Amino acid sequence: MTEQQNKDTSSSLHVDDVSMSFELPDGSTADALQDISINLRKGELLSILGPSGCGKTTLLNIIAGFLVPSKGSVSLNNQLVTGPSAERGMVFQQGALFEWMNVRKNIGFGPAMQNIAEDKIKQRVDHLLETVGLHGFAEKNIYELSGGMQQRVSLARCLANDPDVILMDEPLGALDALTREKMQGLILKLWKETGKTIVLITHSVEEALLLGERLIVMAPRPGRIHKEYQLPFAQQAISTDIREVKKQSEFTATREEILSMIWEMEEEIMGLKA
Amino acid sequence: MLILSLYISCFILLLVIYKIVIKRFTSIDSQKKINTVTFGDESAVTPNRTASILSILTLFFIWCAFTGSSLSPLHAPGPFTGDTSFSYSAKNADNQIDTAQVFIRVNPVDKPLTTLSPANTKLNTFAKNDSAKTSAYRSVLIRVKNNDNGGKSKNYLITKINNQPIKAKQTIQVANGDVSLSSKGSLSFTPDKGWQMEPIWLPAPEFVFTRLIDVAQNGYQNVGLFENIVWSLLRVIAGFLLGCIVGIPLGYAMGLSSWFRGWFDPIVEFMRPIPPLALIPLVIIWFGIWESGKISLLFLAALWIMTIAARAGVSGVNISKIHAAYSLGASKLQILIHVIIPNSLPEIFTGARVAMGVCWGTVVAAELVAAEKGAGKMIIVASKFQQTDIVIMGIILIGVIGYAIDMLMRIAEKKLVPWKGNS
Repeated sequence: MTEQQNKDTSSSLHVDDVSMSFELPDGSTADALQDISINLRKGELLSILGPSGCGKTTLLNIIAGFLVPSKGSVSLNNQLVTGPSAERGMVFQQGALFEWMNVRKNIGFGPAMQNIAEDKIKQRVDHLLETVGLHGFAEKNIYELSGGMQQRVSLARCLANDPDVILMDEPLGALDALTREKMQGLILKLWKETGKTIVLITHSVEEALLLGERLIVMAPRPGRIHKEYQLPFAQQAISTDIREVKKQSEFTATREEILSMIWEMEEEIMGLKA
Repeated sequence: MLILSLYISCFILLLVIYKIVIKRFTSIDSQKKINTVTFGDESAVTPNRTASILSILTLFFIWCAFTGSSLSPLHAPGPFTGDTSFSYSAKNADNQIDTAQVFIRVNPVDKPLTTLSPANTKLNTFAKNDSAKTSAYRSVLIRVKNNDNGGKSKNYLITKINNQPIKAKQTIQVANGDVSLSSKGSLSFTPDKGWQMEPIWLPAPEFVFTRLIDVAQNGYQNVGLFENIVWSLLRVIAGFLLGCIVGIPLGYAMGLSSWFRGWFDPIVEFMRPIPPLALIPLVIIWFGIWESGKISLLFLAALWIMTIAARAGVSGVNISKIHAAYSLGASKLQILIHVIIPNSLPEIFTGARVAMGVCWGTVVAAELVAAEKGAGKMIIVASKFQQTDIVIMGIILIGVIGYAIDMLMRIAEKKLVPWKGNS
């Protein structure tokens, strides 16, 4: 029994009525988020999709604890989020790895900061290298790796801390289509193997469908939840080929529905529609 | 003008020769590799090392050719050396005219003067032959009337040089030089100078080289060459290190705290554009001309550069890195040590390279103003004694050392921050 099948445990991540407004240089305020509420059970895979400027990254930064919301609160396991912490790991698009450390040191960074014994760290890193498919790359420098490999290191580095929730901010955004598909498979595999709660932000509809047990489509100005989906594709993709899942008519139909939804929002932003 | 046109012709000539040689001896395949299709593709323009070598050789050749160096087979026409003579005609008080010879020996510049054997004196006439000696480039005054019979008379006049009439303050061209007649009736002979540079302006390379060996072995004014250079280097290192010790933490503080940034911003922004040399007078008033003054000056030269570099290093950190470290459970201190400081190293190295260059330039200038020992002091003293060879040797050494410092910094940079330019 993997953990993600025990979804009935009490919900773990609460985003409770969160609003966020920024003060602009000219004195006015801009509402980035308005009344966002999300309840996420342990082991759920949530992807958040929306046109650019809808506040996806702001929301993720609030969950991570980098930003304090203007209104509302975030709590994890009934504990209020007041700042960043190791229980909410984060994977960034790129450029977040430490170039002055090799792959092993990068992955072991979190445990090392908590003064965990070196041989334990080594064990954990070796295991994670195996998991993300970077066996034999431990002593390589970050800048010697391809973009896809760097993202594998990012994933492993996040997992090394054994966080309760993994927040992913467009983790595959900078990768080419082929690498991207491989990495989608890896994220699904890690989700299944570790049973972590994952919140993933993306601007690719296909990726959001595939990597979202739940999918939230956000609308811009102010950023708000537009529509929510429960999707079967992530579960299917674990047991079958990703390409097969993407070919299904149900998959393509949902994709088209969401795409036209987003197009409408984009047109609204551009002022093409009154 | 002559030298510039020679230089330009060398440039064009060597370029043409190079192109012809390349066309002859390389296959078409490799030619295609050399010639990129897109003109203006800056990344494809790498320095042609052959051109670099030829450039240095050309400069060296011109230096040799115009200083009469033995290292070059070709020379610009040099100054006249050897023996020459001309004749003068004089009219005495009784309106009689007589002619005599003047024999002149022109010695090479670097040789001691040798005298010409006494000129034959004509017995029965009043104008007597004269002899004189000089060295190349130097004119010589010949009081031809002094040994002539009746030459002291007011009416005794020089009328002709080499049978050409001459008046006071006129100049006449003779073999291997010019002769001019002064208002007091003396002749001044200036030997032909040729097109070469006088050693006092520009000595030949081999003189500079022998001087280098001489100064390296015996020192200059009781201070060894090595000692001079080490003193300059020590000052640079002391000033630079002090600048780093204060500047880098200050830069970090400015990058991390808005109070620090606000407090020091006006100071840094005001001091940054002031050339360190402009501070020399104030530094001398405050700290005197000795070591404390020079090191304070170098400290000020390095301080602002290092502060700004460290500040830029902190500001330039990708916020994702900081966020990643936070969400991996690092504390503020751990982020400072493991993320912010290593991330700023490339910027700091760039700053350190600039600071070392500025310090090296400043120390030489500061030593020109006042110093007991140092590379700058050596050349300023030599220039006061017109020892151009030492001045040139010193300038070349200063340049070579400055270049070597930069090279060392680059090597250190490659070793210590290998990720620079790769992230």
